[in-house]
Amino acid sequence: MRKTSLDMVHALAKRDPRVVYIGSDPGSGTLDSMKKEFPQRFFIEGISEAHVVGMSAGMAMEGLIPYVNTIATFLTRRCYEQVAVDLCLHDLPVRLIANGGGLVYAPLGPTHLAVEDIAIMRALPNMTVVCPTDADEMRRFMEQTTEWPHPIYIRLGKGGDPITSRAEEGFEIGKAILKREPGRLLIATTGIMVHHVLGATKLLAAAGIHCGVVHFHTVKPLDEEALLDLASRVDAVVTVEEHTLIGGLGSAVVDCLSDRLALGKPVLRLGLPDRFTHNYGSQEGLLKHYGLSAEGIAAAVSRFVARPSAVQQPPSLVRV
Amino acid sequence: MTSAGILAETGSPPLDARSKALRSTVVEAIVAAGRGHLGPAMSLIEIMRTLYDHVLRVRPEEPLWPERDRCILSKGHGCLALYAILADKGFFPLETLATFCGHDSILGGHPEFGIVPGVEASTGALGHGLSIGIGRALALRMRGSKARIFVVLGDGELNEGSVWEAAMAASKHKLDSLTAVVDYNKFQSYGPTSEVLELEPLADKWRSFGFAVSEADGHDVSDLRRALEKVPYRAGRPSVLICHTVKGKGVPDAESNADWHHKNKLTANELTTIRSVLGGG
Repeated sequence: MRKTSLDMVHALAKRDPRVVYIGSDPGSGTLDSMKKEFPQRFFIEGISEAHVVGMSAGMAMEGLIPYVNTIATFLTRRCYEQVAVDLCLHDLPVRLIANGGGLVYAPLGPTHLAVEDIAIMRALPNMTVVCPTDADEMRRFMEQTTEWPHPIYIRLGKGGDPITSRAEEGFEIGKAILKREPGRLLIATTGIMVHHVLGATKLLAAAGIHCGVVHFHTVKPLDEEALLDLASRVDAVVTVEEHTLIGGLGSAVVDCLSDRLALGKPVLRLGLPDRFTHNYGSQEGLLKHYGLSAEGIAAAVSRFVARPSAVQQPPSLVRV
Repeated sequence: MTSAGILAETGSPPLDARSKALRSTVVEAIVAAGRGHLGPAMSLIEIMRTLYDHVLRVRPEEPLWPERDRCILSKGHGCLALYAILADKGFFPLETLATFCGHDSILGGHPEFGIVPGVEASTGALGHGLSIGIGRALALRMRGSKARIFVVLGDGELNEGSVWEAAMAASKHKLDSLTAVVDYNKFQSYGPTSEVLELEPLADKWRSFGFAVSEADGHDVSDLRRALEKVPYRAGRPSVLICHTVKGKGVPDAESNADWHHKNKLTANELTTIRSVLGGG
């Protein structure tokens, strides 16, 4: 997914002279092909994220489309004011390519785990937040990025993520993709968690619990119409994300259901707890640790369905 | 080259009628709004005046003329000085100043791009303008434009690390179309810059970051004009002009008085004195 996103920057640069790449201090050899072909549009600016984001804003003000690339935590936490003021307040078409969204950098510890990035990015007016699920979907998404008029936060997976997307699903920013028709439940997820959720649905189906799956690759703007339509057809909604439960996809789903007076049915939100992680190992290991492997998700959903207050009971009323 | 010490001994030339009139515009806007940064605007008057009267290639009737020079007021809290000169030049009517900070005004307490004609970046959070200016300068160079970039920085703003990240980048890219202008009034909100966070040796700092450096009396229009009309100071290098100024310049009680940084309630006596000194009201 990561390699595909960068290769796509080069591909886009070939046909659109507005496209520039700005890295802070990426790995040696990053996008050498683009550097060779378009040296004037290839920038490595050093470990200075606040400056890099401000510089990208200045370029965009003059009509360029900068693709800014570094590690997700540095591109969100480190330069949040520049993202808010320089990119979002000016509403500029800068693309933030964030390496290692979620738990990708598990061995490197909590300074490198981007687990609240979706929350703080989606809190900003004008920002679009996209979490592609695999390399193929990344390619289809990147094709659309030159014409989107707002800043975009792009959350990357580790690379080599299992391919679950299909060409016929297409891709449109802001349009959810239904991966599996709803049964009694609907599981809403994003990014690489689609793979784990699909694994969970197989386990659940074997246990007689049929769950639909919808992929909100665009967490903001959320495809509210798709959510409301799908939610109306199920007994309960489950959200699954590789992100803190504060402010991520689960929050966006509940916000929408509540605001649209559709919170009349139970919602189970699965994600990361509100604490820093002090375990290392691997992304897969941490996902399992937090109950976000296919087995963990299936077990949580099974427990949820078994709760008398969950699926069997009539929906609670939303009072306004 | 003029040092701060020499300036303190010799002083700047007396303010002329235009400098007083621009200050009156600022004061009356603060009176109308009941708020505003008086000191930080007053130290900027001659800098902004010189830029817009003699240096910048701009078209007030066409604020987004592609070949214009871009002037970014990075110390956005000095916006009243920018608003006063933009109105004077005809970017928007002078009467707009009377709406300063009003609910529906285009003129907020910090300037906004896309809302105020002539404003080149939304600033107010410090340490952003130089990087934006660098991005614009790089993009303009890529398309072969001769347009230049001027970024006006406050001295307190130089506390921000992002300014120095940007300074390294400007030098790396050999951006001689870029000029930083520092309003060195020696005061920030809490007190003297020398006490809050020492900036000296300031000229040497910029030199060591790869800038060609000049200094000027920031209240002497002829000195500013001399310094600003000859940028870049060296081919292939970004320029910085360190302007030695007096915070609150032209308002006797406010000069070099940190208490007037956010001053927004002027007493009747203070206002009478100010109007008398500036010849307005």
